[in-house]
Amino acid sequence: MTDAPLTLGETPSALDRARAFWRLFLRNRSAVAGLVFLGLVILLAAVAPLIYPESPFRLAGRPMTPPFGPDYFLGTDTLGRDIMAGIAHGARTSLLIGVIATLVAVVFGTVMGALAGYYGGWIDDLLMRVTEVFQTIPSFIFAILLVAILTPSIQNVIIAIAVVSWPALARLVRGEVLSMKNREFVQANVIMGMSDARIILVQILPNCLSPIIVAGSLLVATAILIESALSFLGLGDPNVMSWGFQVGAGRTVLRRAWWICTFPGIAIMLTVLAINLVGEGLNDALNPRLRERTG
Amino acid sequence: MLQARLRYVFRRLAQAIPILLAIIIINFLLLKLAPGDAVDVLAGEAGSATPEYMAELRTKFGLDQPLPVQLAQYIGRVAVGDLGYSFRHEMPVAELILNRLGPTLILMVTTITLAVGVGILLGLLAATGLNSWRDTMISVLALVSYATPLFWVGLMLIVVFSINLGWFPTSGMETIAAFKTGWDRVWDIAHHLVLPAVTLSLFYLALYTRLMRASMLEQAGMDYVTTARAKGVSETRITYAHVLRNALLPVVTMAGVQVSSLIGGSVIVETVFGWPGLGQLAFESLFARDLNLLLGIFLLSAALVLLVNLFVDLLYTMLDPRIDLA
Amino acid sequence: MSGPVLDIRGLHIALPDGADRTHAVEDLSMALRPGEITCVVGESGSGKSLTARAVMGLLPDRVQATAGEIVFEGTDLLTVGPAARRMMRGEQLSMIFQEPMTALNPLMTVGRQIEEVLVTHTGLSSRERRERVLSLLTEVQLPDPERIIRAYPHQLSGGQRQRAMIAQALILDPKILVADEPTTALDVTTQAQILRLIRQLQEAHGTGVLFITHDFGVVAEIADRIVVMQHGRMVEAGPAAQVLNRPQAPYTRALIAAVPSLVPRNRKRAETRQVLAINDLGKTYGGSRGLFSRTPPVHAAKGVSLTLQRGETLGIVGESGSGKSTVARCIVRLLQPDAGVIDLDGIDLAPLTKRQLRPHRRRVQMVFQDPFASLNPRRKVGDILAEGPIVQGKPARDAYARGREILSLVGLDPRSADRFPHEFSGGQRQRIGLARALMLEPEVLVADEPVSALDVSVQAQVLELIDRIREELGLSVVFITHDLRVAAQVCDRIAVMQRGEVVETGATSAIFANPQHGYTQELFASVPGRAWLAPDLTEDAPRRAADVP
Repeated sequence: MTDAPLTLGETPSALDRARAFWRLFLRNRSAVAGLVFLGLVILLAAVAPLIYPESPFRLAGRPMTPPFGPDYFLGTDTLGRDIMAGIAHGARTSLLIGVIATLVAVVFGTVMGALAGYYGGWIDDLLMRVTEVFQTIPSFIFAILLVAILTPSIQNVIIAIAVVSWPALARLVRGEVLSMKNREFVQANVIMGMSDARIILVQILPNCLSPIIVAGSLLVATAILIESALSFLGLGDPNVMSWGFQVGAGRTVLRRAWWICTFPGIAIMLTVLAINLVGEGLNDALNPRLRERTG
Repeated sequence: MLQARLRYVFRRLAQAIPILLAIIIINFLLLKLAPGDAVDVLAGEAGSATPEYMAELRTKFGLDQPLPVQLAQYIGRVAVGDLGYSFRHEMPVAELILNRLGPTLILMVTTITLAVGVGILLGLLAATGLNSWRDTMISVLALVSYATPLFWVGLMLIVVFSINLGWFPTSGMETIAAFKTGWDRVWDIAHHLVLPAVTLSLFYLALYTRLMRASMLEQAGMDYVTTARAKGVSETRITYAHVLRNALLPVVTMAGVQVSSLIGGSVIVETVFGWPGLGQLAFESLFARDLNLLLGIFLLSAALVLLVNLFVDLLYTMLDPRIDLA
Repeated sequence: MSGPVLDIRGLHIALPDGADRTHAVEDLSMALRPGEITCVVGESGSGKSLTARAVMGLLPDRVQATAGEIVFEGTDLLTVGPAARRMMRGEQLSMIFQEPMTALNPLMTVGRQIEEVLVTHTGLSSRERRERVLSLLTEVQLPDPERIIRAYPHQLSGGQRQRAMIAQALILDPKILVADEPTTALDVTTQAQILRLIRQLQEAHGTGVLFITHDFGVVAEIADRIVVMQHGRMVEAGPAAQVLNRPQAPYTRALIAAVPSLVPRNRKRAETRQVLAINDLGKTYGGSRGLFSRTPPVHAAKGVSLTLQRGETLGIVGESGSGKSTVARCIVRLLQPDAGVIDLDGIDLAPLTKRQLRPHRRRVQMVFQDPFASLNPRRKVGDILAEGPIVQGKPARDAYARGREILSLVGLDPRSADRFPHEFSGGQRQRIGLARALMLEPEVLVADEPVSALDVSVQAQVLELIDRIREELGLSVVFITHDLRVAAQVCDRIAVMQRGEVVETGATSAIFANPQHGYTQELFASVPGRAWLAPDLTEDAPRRAADVP
């Protein structure tokens, strides 16, 4: 009952906290499975130029060779391109676009959300109107329009995906910052005369990191889905192999060569699934309270 | 009460105007961003044209005016329903779009009903059998559906149900040249509708299932549930009379938010299944480089989303008495 | 007097693995007699709430009663099956909760929720049910029962919601009412009304009430018998008068000694040099006028005038919504007032911009209410303390050294600087919060309900600390509180606020002896246990008297 002097134990270091986080994450078996699979995809993307040094667009063999044959593990497509080589190179495209588009969206969304949440007033009004507009616009059609107008290239696909993705993140960060802003420790910082920039960067944002990380990881999955849909419609960079393009290319011969569409699609599905699982695992490990509540 | 609700509708309509205006402006800016203008297109259509003639045309269309004036003119035109002219189809854009609206609406309404209805049901089943095989199975299914690209699901369904089993047609909305009428026609359309609607709803169904499950579990931990237990209310009644209704609120909100993404998804599904709606029109215009038409579709679908959101808001006021109608 | 209606014998409640202790309740034996109110008193973690839940059969999933019995009318409730148990709830045993807002379903009318008890347990027709509900709503003195029946919870005030909860609990005339801190979330005047109502209804119906609370004032107000719990064990039990006035167990004695007395302390006159003068301060919220909506402005503070002398403690007392926190936030300039003057030694702080304010910030510092929200969880205590001086331009080395000195001053180990806030208890965190304010050597300290989130024993220690530091450093303190007992102990003068306005100011002793304004009088009449004078427990007296001049 007494407000006793401290019982001094070991002070947890950053290392200890990282360990505790890992312990929580590893308890979630599906998240670990997701992480392992994601690791394999990254590995595949990394070694693609080594195991398939030739261009994935190269006409490697007879068109529409069925899968599991001696030469082409997953068969060839309508023009005789090696599907497995395409999948390996496509992994590079998907991950690259997914990660970079997400980074752009996260940075921009965080800046906008933090400013709106902290300052309120017209900045906040403006941001809320803008996100409302973005919630109304069918974002996929918007992305199609952007890529069509800017001409399809990796860079423009990334821009289009980032443009349709940042508002959701800005909204999230705004909400977090808004709730942090009224925390008493932030008020104490205001009263001690701390500058706004320092309050936002040093005091508030580190406390918003976990939801941003979780949302960001799920955003990578969405970005990969959008990219695959764009290239399925023929809006991908014509010089770069991509999973969506492979599925699109096999569409017309669905009846005769089911494998052309099937395998790249499975690649997309499993990669996105793995990222989602990792994202959920992060969520559980970073917000332990939430997990207990939802059983 | 009715009057308050009407006032609320008007207020929401008034709030939608600036959003619509913003979308029109984005539309205009995209139009300006595109390489070449209407005159270039026209000139391209007509073959060679002299620079003098093109300048004359530009004056005629007001394209030599300063940007703000052009914007004002553009807004004025949109306000009276003039979305420009499609030189490919040689028809006003507005007319083209209206012709294709019906099939898209059929697809959308079916999809939303399917996704929300089944999603709620599955979420409820999963939450009430927490950690049982039922819950696990539903959750795994939702997780997989949530990760699958729409176009691929569509293609795979075609492979299995059209090509191999022959249960459903591969594409189109009606059997060509069958000229069915009455209930036969309805049945025919429904038959064609199954695969596209299932494809488009799968992702959203997964979303609502997960949301409903989480929402049910969250509500089950609330204080008022303990109160109901302290009153002696049975667990079944607690689930259906107390928890369910509270848990529905976030699902309804999400259903409203997702409409815009659903329209985006319909571009893909209509393309895959040759469904003659707005999405397919958008895909065609994309390859015909018919930007006017594409922008018209964009604008109309945004307006559609605004309308649906208004409806969802209204529905929400009926579900949640805490919403202030005043 | 008949035998007990409820007899708890040797009850053990086990906590799930991984909790900080194995049992929430150990070997608890107590009895509840019909027509009596038994208060179970304890601080947080005493196991009092889980005891209440165990009686109702509403223990959380992974918490279980592992031994003992709870005998109700001859049957051990712990052996009754879940279905039969459910049928007893609401009919034989009822419960009311701390937070009536969340304890009611927001989407169901109050009438339907009360009626649900009748639907579950009786075969009454809908007309009979409606009549019963109406008569109960009248009995709990709710105005316009016809309207309340159709109202949703959010349309009622906190007090009205708790009355509706009581109606719902008593509609089938249960033998036992379990009340888990039912007035803790309410304002003091509402609390007094609810306590009176529970007492009246309990007497009229002969209900046995198991009343869980942490507040000895409430105990003194309402208890027939008292059970004191600590760390899951009963430390003392007996008739109210005996436990309150002649406590035996050391823990009970310490708890009672820590309850602030309503008798103001004699205090040395402060210097008569004014440090802070607030004149005609006003702050208005809202008042937007849209095309289709119009919200009237809320005057959070209106025409507030106060003065603060060097070395004195000025209390601002009021209920929620009185504007006391708004005034505090205007003084430290977290808020910009719309009108009025905040004169700090000749400088008017009210109109200054952020930039102009910066050099003066140091002079007015604040201590906050919530020990968990007031420290940044991601920064070490040393950093939290050093931040202020560093921002004000001091070298970092000096700031960290000063931080360790101040930690000793507030009674913490200087080595605490290397730890994170979550490693400290609530009371320790409040000490750190105070240390942070002191780091800038302020002239005025604004304390916003600094002890209301703390257990009573810790409360006394923090109050003493603030008082000692004020003395040592010659600080002037503005002390915001809703608790008149606390005000009596720490304030030289008090200002009473209601709906944004100061209704009365004066020396603490004068106002306590003879409140002038009607609202002040009502406030005093509502203090729970005001008729009870805590006994002078001599062995504790020296410690408490240490800093009374």
